[in-house]
Amino acid sequence: MNAELALAGDALVRATPLIIAGLAVAFAFRGGVFNIGAEGQLLVGAIAATAVTLSSGEMLGRLAVVLAIIAGAIAGAAWAWIAAELKRRFHVLEIISTIMLNFIAIHLVSFLVRGPLQEPTRIYPQTETFIRSARLPVLVPGTRLHMGFALAIVLAIGLAWAFKRTAFGFRVRATGASPSAAKVAGLIDTEKTSLIVFLVSGALAGIAGSVEVSGVTFALYENLSPGYGYTAIAVALIAGLNPVGIIASGIFFGILETGASALQREFAIPSSLASVVEATLIIAALTIAAVRGRHTLIQPVKS
Amino acid sequence: MSAIETFLQGTVRTATPLAFAALGETVVERSGVINIGLEGAIIAGAFGGFAAAGYGSTWIGFVGAMLAGVAIAAVFAFFAVHVRADQIITGTAISLLGLGATATLYRQLYGATGAGLSIPTMGVTRVPLLSSIPLIGSPLFAQPAITYLLYLIIPAVWWWMYHTHAGLGLRATGEDPRAVVVAGIPAKKIQLLSVLFGGALGGIAGGVLVIAQAGSFAEGMSAGRGFIAIAIVVLGRWHPLGVAAAALIFGAASALQYFFQAMGWTLPYQAFLVLPYVLTLLGLAGIAGKATPPAGLGKWQDQR
Amino acid sequence: MDDDPRADRTLKPAALALYDITKRFGAFTALESVSLLIDSGRITALLGENGAGKTTLMRIAFGMIQPDAGSIVIEGQQTRFNSPADAIAAGIGMVHQQFSLIPAMTVAENVALGGKGRFSFDETASLLRDVADRTGLSIDPRARVADLGSAERQKLEIIRTIAHDAHVMILDEPTAVLTPRDTVELFKQLRTFAASGGAVVLITHKLRDALEHADDVSVLRRGRLALSTSMSEVNEASLVNAMLGDTPHVVTSKESKPAGSTVIASLDKARLRDRTSGRTMNVSLQIRSGEIVGIAALNGAAIPLLRMLAARSQTSTGSATLPARIGFVPENRHDEALIDDFSLVENLALADAGKIDGLISWSTIERETRTVISQFDVRTPDPNTSPAKLSGGNQQRFVLGRELRNSPDLLVLENPTQGLDVNASAFVHEQIRHARTNGAAVVFYSSDLDELADLSDRVIVVSGETLIEVGPDRDAIGRALLGAQPVDER
Repeated sequence: MNAELALAGDALVRATPLIIAGLAVAFAFRGGVFNIGAEGQLLVGAIAATAVTLSSGEMLGRLAVVLAIIAGAIAGAAWAWIAAELKRRFHVLEIISTIMLNFIAIHLVSFLVRGPLQEPTRIYPQTETFIRSARLPVLVPGTRLHMGFALAIVLAIGLAWAFKRTAFGFRVRATGASPSAAKVAGLIDTEKTSLIVFLVSGALAGIAGSVEVSGVTFALYENLSPGYGYTAIAVALIAGLNPVGIIASGIFFGILETGASALQREFAIPSSLASVVEATLIIAALTIAAVRGRHTLIQPVKS
Repeated sequence: MSAIETFLQGTVRTATPLAFAALGETVVERSGVINIGLEGAIIAGAFGGFAAAGYGSTWIGFVGAMLAGVAIAAVFAFFAVHVRADQIITGTAISLLGLGATATLYRQLYGATGAGLSIPTMGVTRVPLLSSIPLIGSPLFAQPAITYLLYLIIPAVWWWMYHTHAGLGLRATGEDPRAVVVAGIPAKKIQLLSVLFGGALGGIAGGVLVIAQAGSFAEGMSAGRGFIAIAIVVLGRWHPLGVAAAALIFGAASALQYFFQAMGWTLPYQAFLVLPYVLTLLGLAGIAGKATPPAGLGKWQDQR
Repeated sequence: MDDDPRADRTLKPAALALYDITKRFGAFTALESVSLLIDSGRITALLGENGAGKTTLMRIAFGMIQPDAGSIVIEGQQTRFNSPADAIAAGIGMVHQQFSLIPAMTVAENVALGGKGRFSFDETASLLRDVADRTGLSIDPRARVADLGSAERQKLEIIRTIAHDAHVMILDEPTAVLTPRDTVELFKQLRTFAASGGAVVLITHKLRDALEHADDVSVLRRGRLALSTSMSEVNEASLVNAMLGDTPHVVTSKESKPAGSTVIASLDKARLRDRTSGRTMNVSLQIRSGEIVGIAALNGAAIPLLRMLAARSQTSTGSATLPARIGFVPENRHDEALIDDFSLVENLALADAGKIDGLISWSTIERETRTVISQFDVRTPDPNTSPAKLSGGNQQRFVLGRELRNSPDLLVLENPTQGLDVNASAFVHEQIRHARTNGAAVVFYSSDLDELADLSDRVIVVSGETLIEVGPDRDAIGRALLGAQPVDER
């Protein structure tokens, strides 16, 4: 029983960054912003959270966790802002700039954990471990499931509410669904809306990264993310870009990946099965979107 | 070899796969199509080259790489050109398809045996006489033989584009497919063939990474080169010679680490690794408004 | 058409003959059994109003589209054109209004397009010299088309068709972008071409050009051949008659209400830019409350004016004074008025989306939507369906209802009854009159001259680079558009 509980907990732990990053991707896509940079935004969020925790954890304890997550959001938004500004000012396709920024973020992490942020003994390419009081508390004893999962649920519900009830959420949806109608019929400032979408999306991805270091890894190191930012694209698309649906698809992918590792350990079935399923799903979803037309899924805002 | 020569050697070496990929993409974009799936073609070529070289020689490997690139480009061509689906979304899907499929295939077919698998690699072939020219002789003419293929393809593509009617038709299609139809030119066919050609060169680029450089395959080893190549096309202003020059500049940026090493200057190695990506961003931003793409680039979508 | 007045012709076959050409686009019949004979050595004018079918007929002649029925005969040989390449090979050349030259390329490259094998600049240059020797038309092969003016580009197109050995030259509205002096030059070139044995087909709506320069004339009206004869047998009046038809216009009882004295909207030396032609014009006008102003124009030239009045575009010079509440019904409903992925309720909310903040009360909006649906008689199962499920007429009812629900001071509409059935059109007219009664000002563009005449209190015609104001009389509007002299000015 305990083993199964732990396994279930692991699946949800795995699902947490996927859900939050999935929300980031979904929010962007629905607003017409082709943000493929969740991976990089997630990593800089993790960097910011680590920096805050390591410098203030002893002093502030639990409060440090809160600050760390906020710092992660700001860092992610800032990272996304680079791509937003490059697009607005220089018409650089965001799909290229966000992918470049992903790679830059990966190397940035590598530099930090082998340099300025490396743990004191200077042996391992990672930061010091977070002290216990500066970590996200565990949600279910006997598992690794942490508060980050609860935060993911809250964010998903919050985003769903924002889309449904706020004027801002409506503007985002209109801009993504049809920038021309948004401008002509709705007199919406689509440029401003796009920028905010970029920032919020980056912030969410940054939160995913900060939650991951504060709740699971308790340190920053290379390969922190096995491609969460890219898997998040699949998570978002499978859920039809619906925030509440993303909770389900995130958990689905979490189960898939955890189960795959377990299957490999137990029955020697290669864990690449999960990747195959994921790759197929994302290709199928994107292909359908491409064929049906950009308007049904993603429509970059024309300046 | 002096520090400069090492640096120049490294420049050409790093530039080679970028130049192959960017040259192919130049032809594609000149026909009016933007293939963001180039990354997929490169990684497919890397894997295809790895698998094929394992069966035969290095040249068989390159043929395999080329065919893998063409295959994945054919999928892109079907959706983006024939069905006229959204080019950006399709390209993204193709890149992810390439990365995911090659990773999965590699783990399935070779994962068990581990990373120690060896394939025939292509060593350096010195061109007699030319490679002895001081300073540039070695960098240019002491490279793997596949690089010399590049030296032939660049002027060939250039000549074909500007001195044949077919090349004229290609350039016209990229400018205005409507005007081209009126002149009786088969625009769609030109676009389809261009995409396949771009896939072939992208595949070869991937082959270079495996057969002439790393000697083995690793997941994601394309490391964003497909996207960097797209930036190189812009910076080279969609002209074969300009693109070759831009590729050299990117090669030089990456090769700077050798120069620094030789000079005894130290910088965290990650700085050199990020340089191509940073350069891509700066380059694209800097060239904004100054380089005009083919007027019809990416525009003939939603017209089934 | 067996009663062709030129049936007693000489034995020489026509350079280009089109027999009984019929073409339908869905339910719309663009051409119905049209026959046309083009002789060598002569200039034939093909006249007709907007939408009469002239361009469609010539696109068929050039192989751009295929007819549903009818045949094409070149110098006695029946042929089939599957693409422009076939037509070019058969000696047909077309000089287009736009979009057939590549601005980024040189003259030589544009002329060489479509050839085979090696491309040599020198070869093309010598070909051009050849053409220059034969016809006197010369152009610098090195020049970039982007640097050439409209008249030069047109000359290039003519040279190109001659370089490709065209026997029949079709020109589509060639004088639309030319100054009077360039026009004279153009017709000199065409006359030279005809004199050397070529045949010229001139598609135009400009009566003056046809009367002065053409030898033969054919008139299309609503897809049918209305007249086909030599120019010596007609005059301006008979041509206008053939083009506009003798259908007696039903003068509906218009409640002529004097316009209010409040100026609702005004433009003062505002600069309008036409996207397609690139031309700009400065306009000044005033719209008063309680009046319906119709806008007449060709080829979308009305759009910049309407968009500026609707506050959807800004002017870089002068000023535009507009009221706070404006309702706007764009022509392209699908892209600019409605979002298919949203429900009708959400589409209603769209209208205010740019201005509101905070929370949306969907129950209130749904109530408003139901009100609009019932008041404007929108046939829909329920307010939560997508507008894509509605017929065009119901979509338009909905959009009108949305734009009118806050009693705007100004209502701007682009071709509001385009594609609508009789009932829906009547409803739209009713709403427009209703808005006027309530004191609003209405400005609308229509491509239907009858509608403009019936509905407007006054009509502004966008003609070339000026605005001409005429009364709501169909003939007057038509003449102003055609550039013909108004009848009473003779």
